[in-house]
Amino acid sequence: MSTATTATAPQGIQLQTPAVDPAVAVARTRPHVGLGATISQTFSMAWRALKKMRRNPEQFFDVTLQPLLFTAMFAYIFGGAIAGNVKSYLPLLIPGIVAQTVLTTCMSTGVQLREDMEKGVFDRFKALPIARIAPLAGPMIADLVRYLIAAGLTFVMGVIIGYRPGGGVLGVLGAIVLAIFTGWAVAWIFTFIGTIARNARSVQGISMLILFPLTFLSNAFVKVSTLPSALADFVRVNPVSHLVSASRDLANLGVISGEVGWTLLAGLVVIVIFAPLSVYSYKRHL
Amino acid sequence: MTTAASVFANGLVKKFGELRAVDGIDLEVRQGEIFGVLGPNGAGKTTMLKMLATLLPIDGGQAQIFGVDVAREPHRVRQLVGVTGQYASVDEDLTATENLWLFGRLQGLRSADARATASQLLAQFDLGEAADRPISQFSGGMRRRLDLAASLITRPPLIFLDEPTTGLDPRTRGQMWDTIRGLVADGCTILLTTQYLDEADQLADRIAVIDHGRKVAEGTPDELKTSVGNSTLQLELAPGADHDLARQVVWRVVGREPVLTPESGRMNVPLETADDAADVLIGLRQAGVMITAVSVAKPTLDEVFLTLTGYDTGHLDEPGETVRDEPFLEVR
Repeated sequence: MSTATTATAPQGIQLQTPAVDPAVAVARTRPHVGLGATISQTFSMAWRALKKMRRNPEQFFDVTLQPLLFTAMFAYIFGGAIAGNVKSYLPLLIPGIVAQTVLTTCMSTGVQLREDMEKGVFDRFKALPIARIAPLAGPMIADLVRYLIAAGLTFVMGVIIGYRPGGGVLGVLGAIVLAIFTGWAVAWIFTFIGTIARNARSVQGISMLILFPLTFLSNAFVKVSTLPSALADFVRVNPVSHLVSASRDLANLGVISGEVGWTLLAGLVVIVIFAPLSVYSYKRHL
Repeated sequence: MTTAASVFANGLVKKFGELRAVDGIDLEVRQGEIFGVLGPNGAGKTTMLKMLATLLPIDGGQAQIFGVDVAREPHRVRQLVGVTGQYASVDEDLTATENLWLFGRLQGLRSADARATASQLLAQFDLGEAADRPISQFSGGMRRRLDLAASLITRPPLIFLDEPTTGLDPRTRGQMWDTIRGLVADGCTILLTTQYLDEADQLADRIAVIDHGRKVAEGTPDELKTSVGNSTLQLELAPGADHDLARQVVWRVVGREPVLTPESGRMNVPLETADDAADVLIGLRQAGVMITAVSVAKPTLDEVFLTLTGYDTGHLDEPGETVRDEPFLEVR
């Protein structure tokens, strides 16, 4: 047998640093993470997520292909039926597709978080003295890039097939920013699902169940006036409808309407509810 | 000045449904020692470590790290403990440098300092050349070293090593042992779990043997070995030798019952001192019992383990006994 005192000098790795003093270490500990440290940790986690994105470019398939495909598909299939021709359908459709693609992108935020959590490195994140929100919020900040690509590409595709936004560049930018904000807010719902679900596959399943009704039972693709009254009532209160209306006002008219306010409010409510829930559930379950 | 034990646990309990994975364990790890927690798969070692590292809530009892309560002040405990799991907890998609830089940044180092610490640690752990390679190209030994390096960034005074050498080849394992001894020489305290008896024997100042969530023994490796006798005379009887006669001779000479394996003709005789071996051999010769091979060995911890838990270390993956949070199923 050998003990630390009788062991011969280690031939492997030696640390040429001063000795560790437990008393000093204990005295140095802090009871909580400060706000500044929390923000810094969140951005470190965002840096990690961006690195991962760059190394796994296939993660961008959904945010690039979906806007291109859906915009063209919906425009040419429904354009004639709903608005008489493709070109006059575009002002209605494009903001709707933006909302839809950004929200679908949110879903993968939750799925990827769940996949990530199953990896060993999350055990280390849990064992480190860092804010519990950082591993959740970091990847979400990195995902802003994905929302930007999704929203931007949809507008680009729209312009290619003949969309001429009346709100000009500023209006379109406003609509993009609003969509990104809403995407970030709604992503907290899917992050929460990511922390409670059994595995990544079930995150996907649950998220689809939520997303499909929300995006399709909205005014994203059709005018509310064409819907039966019970459905129209739901569509009118659906936050996605507010996002779509606000985006139309911004992109087509260059107007910041009251719909923008409702959208921001809905987004904030989602964050206020689901961010703490996510952190709580992350602390408890994993 | 703190003179508190590095780890102090009292009646620690963890329940997974009906199963009490950790069932009332007391533990005291002194400053500056290597404390080994030895037990088979599913014994509750990892679960216990996870509770102490704030990774799992404590269901019963209490624990302190350098006098800081684990349940009440987890954030402070996390600043005092470096945790290295049995599966490398580093990010597969990042390079070695990026991993260490990230962990440094997360713990409040400035970017430049984090980079300097990373390259210093990588050099110390013989990973300098692989610094910019993605982890997915690392061998098992390299991952373990990187994982340990990642636990040392802020130089915590206490380090938890969960089966640090499971799955490593003997040479890499030896290097890991040297590294661990080096950490202690620097003033660190180490709490390690292992299912390798020789590892506990080689490294640990004191050992707790855990089985079914309970502590069944504790002491220095020598104390544990002495509890089953000091040395063993291992004999191989010649074909056709009278096993019964051999047993009687042993009983007459040393007053102990030998352990006989009739099929192979092997006989193990526990001895008070190695010197008694000569008496046994002379006795056998006088009785006319022929032997073909002989050796004297100190008892291994395997025998200690067998005595304490009633089963040998080959008996590990008992179905229905695997604990949820202990995913180590690869043994060999």
